[in-house]
Amino acid sequence: MSEPLIEVRDVWVTMRGHTVLEAVNLSIYPDDFFAIIGPNGGGKTTLLRVILGLLRPCRGEVRFRGGMSSLGYVPQFRTFDFDYPITVREMVISGRLGRISRLPRRYGSLDRERADEALETMGISDLADRQIRDLSGGEQQRAIIARALVGEPNVLLLDEPTVYVDTPTTLQFYEILDQLRERMAIVLVTHDIGVIPDRITRVACLNRRLYTHDSAEITPDMLEAAYHCPVDLIAHGVPHRVFPDHAGEGGEDA
Amino acid sequence: MLEVLGFEFFRNALLAGVFASIACGIIGTYVVVRRMVSVSGGISHAAFGGVGLGYYLGIDPLLGATVFTVATALGMGVLEIRARQQMDTIIGAVWAAGMALGILFVYLTPGFAPDLFSYLFGNILLVPRGDILLMAVLVAIIVAIVGLFYLEFQAVTFDPDYARVMNLPLERLSLLLLVLVALTVVMLIRVVGIILVIALLTIPAAISRLYTGRVWSMMLLATGLGALFTLIGIGLSYVLNVPSGATIILVSTAAYAAALGIRGGRSVRLWRDTQNGE
Repeated sequence: MSEPLIEVRDVWVTMRGHTVLEAVNLSIYPDDFFAIIGPNGGGKTTLLRVILGLLRPCRGEVRFRGGMSSLGYVPQFRTFDFDYPITVREMVISGRLGRISRLPRRYGSLDRERADEALETMGISDLADRQIRDLSGGEQQRAIIARALVGEPNVLLLDEPTVYVDTPTTLQFYEILDQLRERMAIVLVTHDIGVIPDRITRVACLNRRLYTHDSAEITPDMLEAAYHCPVDLIAHGVPHRVFPDHAGEGGEDA
Repeated sequence: MLEVLGFEFFRNALLAGVFASIACGIIGTYVVVRRMVSVSGGISHAAFGGVGLGYYLGIDPLLGATVFTVATALGMGVLEIRARQQMDTIIGAVWAAGMALGILFVYLTPGFAPDLFSYLFGNILLVPRGDILLMAVLVAIIVAIVGLFYLEFQAVTFDPDYARVMNLPLERLSLLLLVLVALTVVMLIRVVGIILVIALLTIPAAISRLYTGRVWSMMLLATGLGALFTLIGIGLSYVLNVPSGATIILVSTAAYAAALGIRGGRSVRLWRDTQNGE
């Protein structure tokens, strides 16, 4: 097993007297396609924010290992103003700013190249000179992902990436993620169990505490611990066996 | 009419107008896209405290205003970081307290308080040579800083959360931007007066936003419009013999109303077309 890129060690986060994250331990490896599922309010976004350095944990730490150079982030909510005067290309290339440390910060030819590549990867090259407010929800989402890619991250963090997007685009989106997997680790956070793509390598359930078997299986005990109730799961979309075979039953389980 | 250019006071007025237009074109753009109008209003009215302080200390009131306004902007910026929820009321308090301090200082200063009217309402035709120099320095600082940090300011005003993810110094850049707002406010005092600063700061940029899609082009157009309104305002006030500051603002407002009207007309026509099944 290769070295982990990111180590989350015993992280606790308390907000306004509530414990949002409790003793979370997690390692992210270069070839991960890691899904973190859990109910809303369970701390998934908080965990991402801690990894990103946007939030300092009350206890514990996040360690970045040698192979780690940068993080890509696709936030859950649109954190920018729709009406801002900016083109898609400008927004995407702004993701390079994290890599430019010399003042005055200016884009070079490499930055422009990477931006074009990111636009190409997300299939929005023809939208490059449009205003972001003229884009549809799905197109905006692709632009946001392009911005996350442009910094050449080795770990891509996605927070509920398909919430604003329709089903056909969702499938397309997971195909793109499949391609991206070749160059980076992907951590995908979602409350929607049904849309877990069939190429994930690891799954964890998060509801204040992290429950995982470090495999691609979601076991009932994980789910019950995370959701605090027996959960009936209906697989829809791409069929994928996340549940282990039940011993003594015929092969009719979905 | 061009003989009037022979007079120094008029040439100064034009210079003051140009410098002010550049500042409000550039900084007004950030104020409009980042929705900092209230904060800017608070800063501009607090400036009066600085004017009073300047009188009290016997220095150029505009210099006193510069120091005081920058300090106020920094203070509000820090408060915004620590107490974001209360920002609305903080702005209101600073707005009024600044004015009150100014009144107090002026009252405490022995002798007449000349020119008070011109600080509150502007008088571009009475700008002394020293203030023109100060404006030149301030506009140079503004242009230099914005030129240096253009991409950072764009990132910070567009998506501050993501700027932080990219490890840009969000707090410092926000404070710097507020300081630039303070400097711009001081520059506009002579042109339109403290009470009306906010209008010249925002209207040219607001109109420009209707016609541009990039920050740099929005700044350019806003600067041009600011200069245009200032020029027309001065000219009209000269002809009609009315205060120049107010005239500049009324010209700007009329232009804004017209631009919105044209926009609104187009939107209504488009909407009507969709209703008619075209």
